[in-house]
Amino acid sequence: MAEQSNQISDGNAIEFREVAYRLPSGVALFSGLNLSVAHGETLVLLGRSGSGKTTILKLINRLLEPSQGTILIAGRPGSDWDPIQLRRGIGYVIQDVGLFPHWTVERNVAVVPRLENWTEDRVQQRVGEMMDLVGLPHGEFAKRRPAELSGGQKQRVGVARALAADPPILLMDEPFGALDPVTRADLQREFRALASRLQKTIVFVTHDVREALFLGTRIALLEQGRLVGIYTPAAFLKASEPEVRAFAVSLGSGSGEDEAM
Amino acid sequence: MNWYEFMLRNRSEVMERTIEHIGLVGAAMAIALVIGLPLGIALVQRRTTRRWVLGAANIVQTIPSLALFGFLIPVPWIGGVGASTAIVALALYALLPILHNTCTGIAEVNPAVVESARGMGMTPRQVLWQVQLPLAAPVMLSGIRVATVISIGVTTIAAAIGAGGLGVFIFRGVAMVNNQVILAGAIPAALLALVADLGLGLLQRSIKNR
Repeated sequence: MAEQSNQISDGNAIEFREVAYRLPSGVALFSGLNLSVAHGETLVLLGRSGSGKTTILKLINRLLEPSQGTILIAGRPGSDWDPIQLRRGIGYVIQDVGLFPHWTVERNVAVVPRLENWTEDRVQQRVGEMMDLVGLPHGEFAKRRPAELSGGQKQRVGVARALAADPPILLMDEPFGALDPVTRADLQREFRALASRLQKTIVFVTHDVREALFLGTRIALLEQGRLVGIYTPAAFLKASEPEVRAFAVSLGSGSGEDEAM
Repeated sequence: MNWYEFMLRNRSEVMERTIEHIGLVGAAMAIALVIGLPLGIALVQRRTTRRWVLGAANIVQTIPSLALFGFLIPVPWIGGVGASTAIVALALYALLPILHNTCTGIAEVNPAVVESARGMGMTPRQVLWQVQLPLAAPVMLSGIRVATVISIGVTTIAAAIGAGGLGVFIFRGVAMVNNQVILAGAIPAALLALVADLGLGLLQRSIKNR
């Protein structure tokens, strides 16, 4: 109940307040980070490797704990949440997919509903729906092992698994990074359609500026643990900060977008 | 008279010694598993302790088996002449491969799989039982297989401290300078080791393909 009213009054699904994260060695990865993600938006965290994007994701689902500051999830400080319950309400997709290789596709998709003790009928129904949603015919794929899937199919299962318990928040860490360009484009397109239909709050990590522009409602650019700024895709292309230009230039010729400014 | 005639003529004793042998190996393996599996699981996260424990188990492994049997005889509670001392020594030998393979089997599970299991909201116990142990099982089982085969061999020496088993024939044959008697112990022991190796190998393959 308290969460509900907070969600409404606050308007942010996720909010970082003055968050610092230090590595176990004591090196500060970032500090004083303020960032908020509105309900239903897709915020892309864009940056080079080592810029701290993955760390930010893991702070949201408490795979990591902040050294300082507060992270509010649905208006409630992350530290107030039971980490297990919190994670079951947050879908998580990573580049290496991390499907359980000893389980069938069906069982992989069903993992969170089963953890949440759904009835078996409901689990089965949900698995069917999720596989439809990501375009994997149930009859053909349900009984396969992850080893019998292509990279793109694995990632579809990863998305289906993350969405299965209908979590309000979805965290995606370079989910399409390891795919071939054609498959990646397909999945990006489908995912964009899916995201706008499902109205999830999505935090999406990538180092691919095209992907960021294509999928993000807003783009947060990170540079060595510093938040350079948050831009809409249109504003990103017009922004004059050198860090943004460095990325915009990488769009290269052909797109014509670097001439647009 | 060749060795199998000797075995046929003494088949009831060969049978009895074989069963004794299996009993010693079985008891030692049971103890080693009960200690080794939970200890191995507990050591996965504790790297420093793991080094020490595996180091100690390694040292035990280097003690010649006859000497280890001898060392244990004067130890109160577990010592003395007979089967119980032998079982303790055998369990100590079996511990290393079980511990080692449990630790490495779990540690080598793909970190992405473990991370997504945690990220999905599995409790540490669920991660262990539903993800880490099933995926580590083939490696763990290969440790158990090695330990069993070693135990079957080393158990032949347990006869030296009066524990019985197929080693009885071997020691008797050595004393009598009679190869037939030695073979009456050595051949069933070798067969036991082969059967155990094959059986556990098949089990290992079947869980890998599961």
